[in-house]
Amino acid sequence: MTRLERRLLTDRIWRMIATTLAALAIVLLAWILWTVFYRGATALSFSVFTTPTMPPGRHGGLANAIVGTLIQVFLGLIIAAPVGLYAGTYLSELGRGKFADAVRFVNDVLLSAPSILIGLFVYELLVKTTGGFSGFSGAIALAVLILPVVVRATEDMLRLVPGSLREAAFALGATRAQVVTSVLWRAARAGIATGILLAIARAAGETAPLLFTSLGNLSWSFDLTAPMASLPVTIYQYAGSPFDEWVALAWAGALMITVGVLLLNIVSRLVLAPRGKAS
Amino acid sequence: MTATSPNFDVSTSSSASSALTSKHLKDKLFHWGLYGAAAFVLVLLGAIIVLLFKGGFPALQAFGLGFFVSAEWNPVTEQYGAAVMLYGTLVTSVIAMLLAFPASLGIALFLTEVAPVPMRRTIGTAVQLLAAVPSIIFGMWGFFIVSPLMATWVQPVLQAIFGPIPLIGELFSGAPAGTGILTAGLILALMIMPFITAMFVEIFNSVPPVLKEAAYGIGATTTEVFKAVTVPYGRTALVGAVMLGLGRALGETMAVTFVIGNANRIKASLYAPGASIASTIANEFPEAGPGSMKLHALLELGLALFVISFVVLALARWLVRTRIEG
Repeated sequence: MTRLERRLLTDRIWRMIATTLAALAIVLLAWILWTVFYRGATALSFSVFTTPTMPPGRHGGLANAIVGTLIQVFLGLIIAAPVGLYAGTYLSELGRGKFADAVRFVNDVLLSAPSILIGLFVYELLVKTTGGFSGFSGAIALAVLILPVVVRATEDMLRLVPGSLREAAFALGATRAQVVTSVLWRAARAGIATGILLAIARAAGETAPLLFTSLGNLSWSFDLTAPMASLPVTIYQYAGSPFDEWVALAWAGALMITVGVLLLNIVSRLVLAPRGKAS
Repeated sequence: MTATSPNFDVSTSSSASSALTSKHLKDKLFHWGLYGAAAFVLVLLGAIIVLLFKGGFPALQAFGLGFFVSAEWNPVTEQYGAAVMLYGTLVTSVIAMLLAFPASLGIALFLTEVAPVPMRRTIGTAVQLLAAVPSIIFGMWGFFIVSPLMATWVQPVLQAIFGPIPLIGELFSGAPAGTGILTAGLILALMIMPFITAMFVEIFNSVPPVLKEAAYGIGATTTEVFKAVTVPYGRTALVGAVMLGLGRALGETMAVTFVIGNANRIKASLYAPGASIASTIANEFPEAGPGSMKLHALLELGLALFVISFVVLALARWLVRTRIEG
């Protein structure tokens, strides 16, 4: 074998290894999705969406958990999104110097901080001081998870808006506030919306921070000061239970969460796709 | 406030009309709003640190630094030590990195050089969707699907291969239970692999094409270019990306809790059940009453996890100076 042949053979082998690994990653995704769909679909029925969780043997559903997740994610979002939007705008439009660098770094830390610590933090901040687990503290924990995602997305997306747009608005006599609210936020709205969708996807699938804050509730609860059920926590409790019926419901819940989270991810990609990253 | 740009105070002429003044006032308020929101991010992290420290302080006072080396975790005698959890966290994360790093490198090579261009986007999206799958789903899949497979196929085979070798054989000794440290490491690897791959792809795509073309020009093959140009060019950023992945693995809770087996002891075997910091907090919290020493010990564990991941993340961010991860 000549030296060239050996080199070409090495190249082929590495390409094959890389291709195999990528194929394995696709198989992994397909395998997880298939498991969730197969096991979840057999347990899924209309009554799962209309009946609350019940003791084993009484054909309960997941309705209160679904509603609980929707309430907590929505509340977390309306608390965190405006703050995140403002902080991200600060970083993009005014963010120079040490203070802004510190904010950027701290935001990155929050973005990657283990979510279970957010749960402990909100437990110490709200649950311990108010004397009980509550849906509101669950929403706050999710807000802490959502905030850094929105900050990052807002900053990144505003930076993509061309400077000439800002200059044109200033030339018309607009104040900084007007430039931001009626020009920049509008120009970047698709990108910021993407960030918010991804933040929702992240919060909806989180379990650990809710264990110590909203705790979970086996019956209906719309009271924000009382423990509130959520889909991930219910899945966690049911998956580890000895009752087949509950395990089946956990898979049904897993199917809902997975479909929801992946759909949000795909939609956010579609929202951003027509504009492209270079706009 | 040093960051305020000079053209911010556009309307401060002495002949300003009242309309202009009100506009100016609104503008000032808006600016303070932006500044306040940014400052809030700093306050938030500060509050997290202060509250974790305050909550864990009684345990730190009671057990001192011995907390981190004691392997005892006994609610009856109120003796708590973190050695088992630190060990479990470290070993599962190391296994995850050993498996995920080569896999991510290979997949990133495929996505940037080997795959036909039209395929790259689709496969890249699939890999990123994998990164978006919630950790509890990985946990359930790991517990119900992967663990039985590990017990019947993977663990006996590994035992047959490595068992007779001294020292290394110890790692694969014991009953193949399916759950345990090794399975937890494997599931963690699968979780952080797509995350690291996405960062690797960004890094490889940021290598100036001229460099690669020059190497191709003197007759290098695709993998030679990859090995001699692409990887060395992004070396620092690659290390940073791996550390970001490590930071994620250290704090992962739900997936690990499902498969690690949750036992408070250190065994040489990777098949043995163990506990990580995050899984212990998740598991033991319901039995820790308010104000109990157990709760303080769990909060101190949380503080330790925070410090470890903070150091890893800070180092990673410093290495990945270009901001890539989304």
